[in-house]
Amino acid sequence: MTYEKHQFHSAPVLIEDLAPVLRLSLRVKPAHRDTLARVLGLDLPVRVGARSAAAGTEALCLGPDEWLLTAPEGTDLTTPARAVHADAPHSLVDISDREITLRLTGPAVLDLLSACCPRNVAAMPVGAAARTVFDSATVILWRDGIDSFRMDVWRSFAPHVRSLLAQVQGEIAAGL
Amino acid sequence: MLLIHCPYCDDTLPELEFAYAGEAHIARPADPSALTDEEWRDFLFIRTNARGPHYERWRHIGCGRLFNALRDTVSDRFLTTYKAGEARRPLTNEAAE
Repeated sequence: MTYEKHQFHSAPVLIEDLAPVLRLSLRVKPAHRDTLARVLGLDLPVRVGARSAAAGTEALCLGPDEWLLTAPEGTDLTTPARAVHADAPHSLVDISDREITLRLTGPAVLDLLSACCPRNVAAMPVGAAARTVFDSATVILWRDGIDSFRMDVWRSFAPHVRSLLAQVQGEIAAGL
Repeated sequence: MLLIHCPYCDDTLPELEFAYAGEAHIARPADPSALTDEEWRDFLFIRTNARGPHYERWRHIGCGRLFNALRDTVSDRFLTTYKAGEARRPLTNEAAE
């Protein structure tokens, strides 16, 4: 008698909400980047899309003079930055509540993302991140693993993004 | 879909990540109050409307930066892109591509 072992997945893609984190938008001219990196205690990468991490705080370079800092809630990064504001003018704005973070995992996650992202998501290296569009909504995508992504979505766009994700998820589950 | 090279990200990305932002290399008047009405009109509204290579501005949503591009309005091909503030790229360069 032969028998087959079936590998049942609950879903080819799993979409979960992540706990709130502290998000800060840092704008600083390249001349003062080193000063800010020193007082914040982390490396501020120069290449757009590059990330760095130190002691729970993560920095992502979004543009030539723009970084997104994420850290556990309650981390104080503004006080050390305020101390050097006179010498290194910059803007450090708390945008924690502007966005929600979704975690997308599973073997079909690339199919799910490429349904709505025009960028070649499969070509993103693991450990990279990018600000891109998801069906015209601006999102930030982090690739944490081969089939694991984090996506920051503005709150006001979240219902639209969620409904699209659910729709594509249903199509993938149905084998379309 | 058009693929556009962002000079700030140094990456070639799909058109949907970019937004058109009008003709490039239009300098603001140094002394606005000295301008006549006709000069104001020309500064605000009169554009090249080129048939062929056209200098224009584009904005990349990814890095949030405006940059300049030289696009052929007939073939819709991007001949070159370069950072904002850089000198106008000569038209002779595009033949090399």
